Amino acid sequence: MTVMTYREALRSAMTEEMERDESVVVMGEDIGVYGGTHLVTDGMLERFGPKRVIDTPIAEGGFTGAAIGMAMMGMRPIVEMMTWNFSFQAVDQIIQNAAKLRYFSGGQVSVPLVIRGPNGGGVQLSAQHTHSLEGFYGHFPGLKVVSPVTPHDVKGMMLTAIRDPNPVIFLEAGALYGTKGEVPEGEELVPFGEARIAREGTDVTLIGYGRQVNMLLRVADKLEREAESISAEVVDLRSIRPFDERTIVESVRKTNRAVVVQEQWRWYSVASEVAAILQEQAFDDLDAPVERVSGAEVPAPYARNLEIEAFPSEQQIVDAVHRVLYRKG
Amino acid sequence: MSTTKGQSRSRKASSQDDGPVAERSRTAREAAAASNNGAETMPLDTEKILELYKKMNVIRLFEDAAQRGFRTGKVGGYLHLYSGQEAVATGLLEYFQDTDKVITAYRDHAHALLLGSHPTEVMAEIYGKGTGLVKGKGGSMHLFDVENGLWGGYGIVGGHIPLGVGMAYALRYQGTDGIVQLYFGDGAIHNGAFHEAANLAGLWGRDGMNPTLFILENNNYGMGTSVERATAMTDLSAKFDSYGIEHEDVDGMDLFAVLDVAKRAVQRVRETGKPYAIEAMTYRIAPHGAADFLERYRTKEEIAEWRKRDPIGLVEARLLESGVSDETLDGIKADAKAIVDEAVRFAEESPDPPLDELYTDVYADTVDTE
Repeated sequence: MTVMTYREALRSAMTEEMERDESVVVMGEDIGVYGGTHLVTDGMLERFGPKRVIDTPIAEGGFTGAAIGMAMMGMRPIVEMMTWNFSFQAVDQIIQNAAKLRYFSGGQVSVPLVIRGPNGGGVQLSAQHTHSLEGFYGHFPGLKVVSPVTPHDVKGMMLTAIRDPNPVIFLEAGALYGTKGEVPEGEELVPFGEARIAREGTDVTLIGYGRQVNMLLRVADKLEREAESISAEVVDLRSIRPFDERTIVESVRKTNRAVVVQEQWRWYSVASEVAAILQEQAFDDLDAPVERVSGAEVPAPYARNLEIEAFPSEQQIVDAVHRVLYRKG
Repeated sequence: MSTTKGQSRSRKASSQDDGPVAERSRTAREAAAASNNGAETMPLDTEKILELYKKMNVIRLFEDAAQRGFRTGKVGGYLHLYSGQEAVATGLLEYFQDTDKVITAYRDHAHALLLGSHPTEVMAEIYGKGTGLVKGKGGSMHLFDVENGLWGGYGIVGGHIPLGVGMAYALRYQGTDGIVQLYFGDGAIHNGAFHEAANLAGLWGRDGMNPTLFILENNNYGMGTSVERATAMTDLSAKFDSYGIEHEDVDGMDLFAVLDVAKRAVQRVRETGKPYAIEAMTYRIAPHGAADFLERYRTKEEIAEWRKRDPIGLVEARLLESGVSDETLDGIKADAKAIVDEAVRFAEESPDPPLDELYTDVYADTVDTE
């Protein structure tokens, strides 16, 4: 094990794969000379040269489409979205081409492509620069969508993403780029479609992904310290599509209660899907309705106090836990 | 020879007060005048011309048959016919080589047929049968035959253009001498995807990393909206100037003119690794889509005027002039008809796709990470 930041874990996975496989390239806005606006690709241009670390103009549709074309030819491009907010410019390419090419070519073409970048809000970027797009991208068959939170999973899932022969939407917790964690030396791939029990517990299951997982762990610690101690299990989904139904169902069979937390809006969201799966597969095990804690149904605001109000808070989660346990807060 | 970069275009130069029909007719004549019949510069032997003549006839009859299938309810979805534009793809793809790739929009039947896809499988795809080129999963708009170099028909106007540019990068990155023949219509040039992709092609071409041959098939209508009604800058190929991509125009009704341009352009792109663009002035004598019965945006007179320069008719005239007999031409047409009849028979008799195909080909097999 070695300790590295979220950012270093990403870079380490990409660098190792580029050394192993010449078909891997990275491309995006200011990823080369500039080193990446979040410094994720810092130093890679010097190491691999401009044919493999490709600075692009600010034209997400064009360069994402070109990356799809490269992938069709057997290259393995990693596209950096400076932030996922800009991916709306490339949605036609991602949905209409990358996600469907294999199907409408009758299996003749595959698109081994990774699109990665920071997702979600929390740093006062306001409406156009704050989105959590798991539910949006998770909607489309043909895409794989992941949202890891620990440096360990970031590295392992990036290795998996690069080797996957399908288009992978890699949603990073941009607010956590500087956080540190243990990462195994060498090749340890983390598979898609497997949730992780981040903390074991017996009274309630807290389900989340991305940076919400860290909040859930803090809430779980707080609940344990309460007068009538509550033992919360925390499930980190990690993978949005494919989705690990079994882990959440098994956890709820044990705890009989669930609270799902997400930064994105509630309507048509991951939390809604999780609640539906639980009522379908664990109906008799539930002692309370599944609670959803989501972002406020407004475009993201700028002012710090409004932004804090717009996203799930520890208190909202604690309140939801008390409701599913029929306790007064 | 065709007109070259920078020369003024007849359509742009027009100052008369005629209606759009007369203007377009004049363009048709001037397109012909601008592009001397390539006879003097293209010493093709008669055998080769007869071979291409047959291919063009197969395409035309194939499209007629597909149209009949649509009108009788055997073909669903959208159906876009290439009738009238045969000289463009026939001429360009004559210089296709094994390492090359072709990508186009939804008017893609001809490209598949010319690259060697079996007409039976192409027709079966259009009929939505399990024996189709893509197993009945794509239909008319999504023909793929990767082994023969066809990397797809795409249904979103302009959306495939960035793909072609990325494919061209990959061909050079992988060290091949292949080029990408990237086809699109005049309607697509107004779309942002074109401009972003052309910019990348020009940029990457500076380092010899973008052997893309852009082929703008200008049939003067993006669905029902004429070029004049879609842009104030109607000299479409001049838009490539913005991206540092050289270009030329060609009379897309004249196979010999297309062949002449194609040979030079393909060689140039292959040798330099830089993009190049051809604007082929052509005309779709068929409706935009098979359901476009009314054609309110153009007149019978305009269509009739262009039919006088039917690309197949022009080749036929040349063959007759050079002493080929009517019987020979009739024989070729009969052969073409037999090929298309067989394609229709095969499509009609083929089984539907098995239902379990519904869930295949969504994802490629994943590596084992255990």
